[in-house]
Amino acid sequence: MIEIADASLVDWSRAQFALTAMYHWVFVPLTLGITFILAFMETLYVKTGNEEWKKITKFWMTIFGINFAIGVATGIILEFEFGTNWSNYSWFVGDIFGAPLAIEGILAFFMESTFIAIMFFGWNKVGRKTHLLATWLTAIGANLSALWILVANGWMQKPVGMVFNPETARNEMQSFWDVLFSQTAVDKWLHATSSGFVLASVFVIGISAWYLLKNREIMLAKKSIVVASVFGLLSSVYLVWTGDNSARTIAHDQPMKFAALEGLYNGSEGAGLVAIGMFSSNVADPTNENLKDFSMKLEIPNFLSYMAFLDWDAFVPGVHDLINGNEKYGYMSANEKIERGKVAIAKLGEFKEAKKAGNDSLATALKAELTSADFQNNYFKYFGYGYFTNTNDLIPNVPLTFYSFHIMVGLGFFFILLFILSLIYIWKGTFEKKKWFMKMAIISIPLAYVASQAGWIVAEVGRQPWVVQDLMPTISAVTKISSGSVMLTFWLFAVLFTVLLIAELKIMFRQIKIGPKH
Amino acid sequence: MEKANIFIRIWRFYTGGFKNMSSWGRQVWIIILIKLFIMFAILKIFFFPDFLKTNFSTDEERSSHVLEEITNTK
Repeated sequence: MIEIADASLVDWSRAQFALTAMYHWVFVPLTLGITFILAFMETLYVKTGNEEWKKITKFWMTIFGINFAIGVATGIILEFEFGTNWSNYSWFVGDIFGAPLAIEGILAFFMESTFIAIMFFGWNKVGRKTHLLATWLTAIGANLSALWILVANGWMQKPVGMVFNPETARNEMQSFWDVLFSQTAVDKWLHATSSGFVLASVFVIGISAWYLLKNREIMLAKKSIVVASVFGLLSSVYLVWTGDNSARTIAHDQPMKFAALEGLYNGSEGAGLVAIGMFSSNVADPTNENLKDFSMKLEIPNFLSYMAFLDWDAFVPGVHDLINGNEKYGYMSANEKIERGKVAIAKLGEFKEAKKAGNDSLATALKAELTSADFQNNYFKYFGYGYFTNTNDLIPNVPLTFYSFHIMVGLGFFFILLFILSLIYIWKGTFEKKKWFMKMAIISIPLAYVASQAGWIVAEVGRQPWVVQDLMPTISAVTKISSGSVMLTFWLFAVLFTVLLIAELKIMFRQIKIGPKH
Repeated sequence: MEKANIFIRIWRFYTGGFKNMSSWGRQVWIIILIKLFIMFAILKIFFFPDFLKTNFSTDEERSSHVLEEITNTK
């Protein structure tokens, strides 16, 4: 790749963003899911009038409150980083990001100051139904709030509904609805929120299992397990469905990410899905150390073709097809895309020089050419490729993407088993006799967080080198500031977030040990 | 007894809620306030100035800078 920015600056900026995003995501999924579990529990209280359900709801509400309070505003740091470390990117996407993020901010403010306040302060002050409504609106509001940031992220994976204005160097929104209802954005929202439902269900079952192991809060634990297992199982089925849709969208819009997450180097018709696989230290391609051979793999024939295109015999392109091109199946080579990207950058450069020289007639003609449908579809579409010289730089980290994807999927199916067994054992009344299962349920809590983080690694590492797919690579998005200052703030965040996480765990563990108020 | 107006009732709702808050509630509020102080009064001001707003005074200058950056592949 051309040395546009200091490599260590790019690496530190990426590391810092990854650190803050991953810490932020530690807090978010539990909020997304546990609010619905609270709403179900409180609905049972309002329907039955059974005070036990009220006690259970208030206990889990405390756990939600701690998680929410510690996590609140951690996402704002990402916005600080956009302005400081990713200024080219922020300017380039500004108009697209502005609307969704503003809606998210307003929604979050009203939700937090109104509904959550009623949830915590409103017991015995507002009517039961009003309180229940506030709990439901908190759950719905939290998940709607997540929609907007995921719409922004979806746009970065599949930029739609905008046009690039060479005068301002910004993408300007043409259709809010195209951005909002882009298949990538919809898939992202449904998959990310449903993963939160599953995580919260595993969390509630794990804590309840701990109570049963300690032989305390038996009623709370059993009732909580029933609600969480049913919600978790239904959410898991939904999660598999949303994941399947996401995979198809990725296969269509981000074929390189799809090839990386399956470790598919050479495309084929009727491609098999690697259910389990492990890379060896041998490279499969001597020109690229990133592409390792499999030392073992268990493959399901034709399944990848079906997953990607709903056709058992469809052709799925591999890394080499996407780099070298494949005329038979209509995949352009990376070198051709690089050449077209260079033309687009050069044309924009000519426009910039014409503006600088005050040659308005030339600038107007160049702007017309740049924004013409023909140029947009044949050249500007590949703008970001123009920064590259080595095609290997267009391939994401295959082992990391592959392993993260398989860990996420594997754990997802493990949680389905956990929910089914929980329901069976509760139904049979043998849950508290199965010590191994209770221990497994407790261990499953950190595993749910591992699965959730792995999902984001697939999404974000898998789309490298792009910040905005095909238009802006990471290296041109970064602000040219000193890498030392980014390194300093990386460590500041590492300390701050670690302290916050320790505080959360300490307060949460104490409340769990105390248990519900009798 | 005459009902207080809506704003007074909302005020009482919030102040009553904060006054009767449990110990964990007070602890997390302290954490929230410290966190917001660190984020906005230290990190934002000293470590995270908006690069384009700080270094350029008009949108035109910002556009020119970014245009320069994204067309510079050397």
